[in-house]
Amino acid sequence: MSSLELQAIYVMWMRQLKRFMRARSRLIANIIQPFFFLAFLGLGLRPIKLPGLTTGMSYLDFLAPGMIAMSIIFASMFAGVSIIWDRQFGFLKEILVAPVSRLSIVIGRTLGGATVSIIQGFIILAISILFGVKINLMGLIPGLFLMLLIAFFAVGFGIALASRMEDPHAFSLIMNIVMMPATFLSTAFFPLESTTSWLRIIIYMNPLTYIVDGLRGCLTNMFSISPWIDLTVTISLCAATMSIGTYLFNRSEA
Amino acid sequence: MAIIEARGLTKRFDGLVAVDHIDLDVEEGEIFGFLGPNGAGKTTTIKMLTTLLKPSEGEAKICGYDVVKQPDLVRKSIGVVFQEPALDDQLTGRENLDFHARLYGLNRREREERIEEVLKLVGLEDRADELVKNYSGGMRRRLEIARGFIHHPRILFLDEPTLGLDVQTRRAIWSYIMELNKREGITIFLTTHYLEEADNLSDRVAIIDHGKILAVDSPRKLKDMIGSDVITLRCSEPNRLKNILESISWVKDVKHHGEELSIYVEIGETKIPKIIKIAEENGIRISSITLREPTLEDVYLNFTGKTIREEAKPTIRRPPPRPRRWR
Repeated sequence: MSSLELQAIYVMWMRQLKRFMRARSRLIANIIQPFFFLAFLGLGLRPIKLPGLTTGMSYLDFLAPGMIAMSIIFASMFAGVSIIWDRQFGFLKEILVAPVSRLSIVIGRTLGGATVSIIQGFIILAISILFGVKINLMGLIPGLFLMLLIAFFAVGFGIALASRMEDPHAFSLIMNIVMMPATFLSTAFFPLESTTSWLRIIIYMNPLTYIVDGLRGCLTNMFSISPWIDLTVTISLCAATMSIGTYLFNRSEA
Repeated sequence: MAIIEARGLTKRFDGLVAVDHIDLDVEEGEIFGFLGPNGAGKTTTIKMLTTLLKPSEGEAKICGYDVVKQPDLVRKSIGVVFQEPALDDQLTGRENLDFHARLYGLNRREREERIEEVLKLVGLEDRADELVKNYSGGMRRRLEIARGFIHHPRILFLDEPTLGLDVQTRRAIWSYIMELNKREGITIFLTTHYLEEADNLSDRVAIIDHGKILAVDSPRKLKDMIGSDVITLRCSEPNRLKNILESISWVKDVKHHGEELSIYVEIGETKIPKIIKIAEENGIRISSITLREPTLEDVYLNFTGKTIREEAKPTIRRPPPRPRRWR
């Protein structure tokens, strides 16, 4: 890859970081929802006993990794979808008329979105620790690797959506009618073991389940599914959305 | 060899021909004006020449590179200022320039030097570190022009560079464009539907309407083509007077538009009494009469049979509405 392409990746990444640092209100908007879930659901339901939780594990410990995954997924999708805003504000043309490949543009945006969303994930992690969540520190390294994969998956999904959508409002619709229910049915809020058979089928069919289970396993040692299945599914999802996103973005016009 | 060369360049959208087999030869170092009403195919032509749209037919070469087969080489040789603003308003002016300079592979030293240089040329050095969202329309335009030539392009494409700007700002932009052309020797290809803009800025003008080029020449020569003087008059029966005048040998041409007749003649001051006499003899009352030199408006009228104002629906250039943020 030529130095020009690397420069393009860097500058796309840097731009997202700068925008992120300046948009305080958006950071708060992104963090407030998982924070409320942690504070109200997590602290309120702390004493309840649910099947599947390991001994000594509270509901708050169970909830925290799910909230971290949720904030990364949502923030990354937003970063991917922000191509739509760039198109609306005309800035996309400035990028597309430059002598750099579309692949570099996609890579730069993906790295930028991943960085920004993992920072948000770590803020939720820090808040969780403050609330007294017991985190397996050894799991932080595989956890960080998994967070990267989660972010890539969601940015790719966002880019794919943005390349097919004209209207930014369609995005909030997708977030509310697809992503919110998918998060609820991903074991982010309640364990797989506490569900009935038909709900369990839906949960097994939901790709987010494996993402959430994998991250929870890393951070708290509680796996409802095997870590290797979680990892395989997450990597496959990541590869699928990234290649579809790149393909669709390549074909889109300014 | 021409620096922009197009042969039979055509673009169709779902059966509608936006650009219809146009040929273009723009010489290095000139300011080339592309004049036509909104919807004439100007922006579509620019998009094809700058590799953002694929032509349906025909070919175009920029600095000798084919726009379809060598898009990256074309992109390296050109700068583009789009009709709609294309800035990141969450970044400062300087950051926007730096972003662009990096995308075009300038190294750190070149970037620093060049950013100062272009900021000075468009008079934005004092406001460079403010966020673009606090810029006025004119400042944004100047910043975009500065950005367009930061990487030393050989050609700068400007799509309606002064659309929606007030008169003073428009004149300021003109002087920046001329300065740029003179000092950096950049070839400038600009589209406009403002006649004075094409007239004042361009070395040569192409008149485009309904996707076809009707005439290409210097504004002077285009105006000379239709005669040395234009007499404009208002009268009671313009159609009848037009028919009468058309049969007279010293009348080069008569156009009827709105309530006015434009009569193209040589040595107009000697023709006014004659025209008044003819009208009186035929019982036509003249309510006003003026003599002036032809403008590009007359040229335009001559080629298209209508004034550009009749055709152009004014649009105001403004940023699109701020999209609602999610949540």
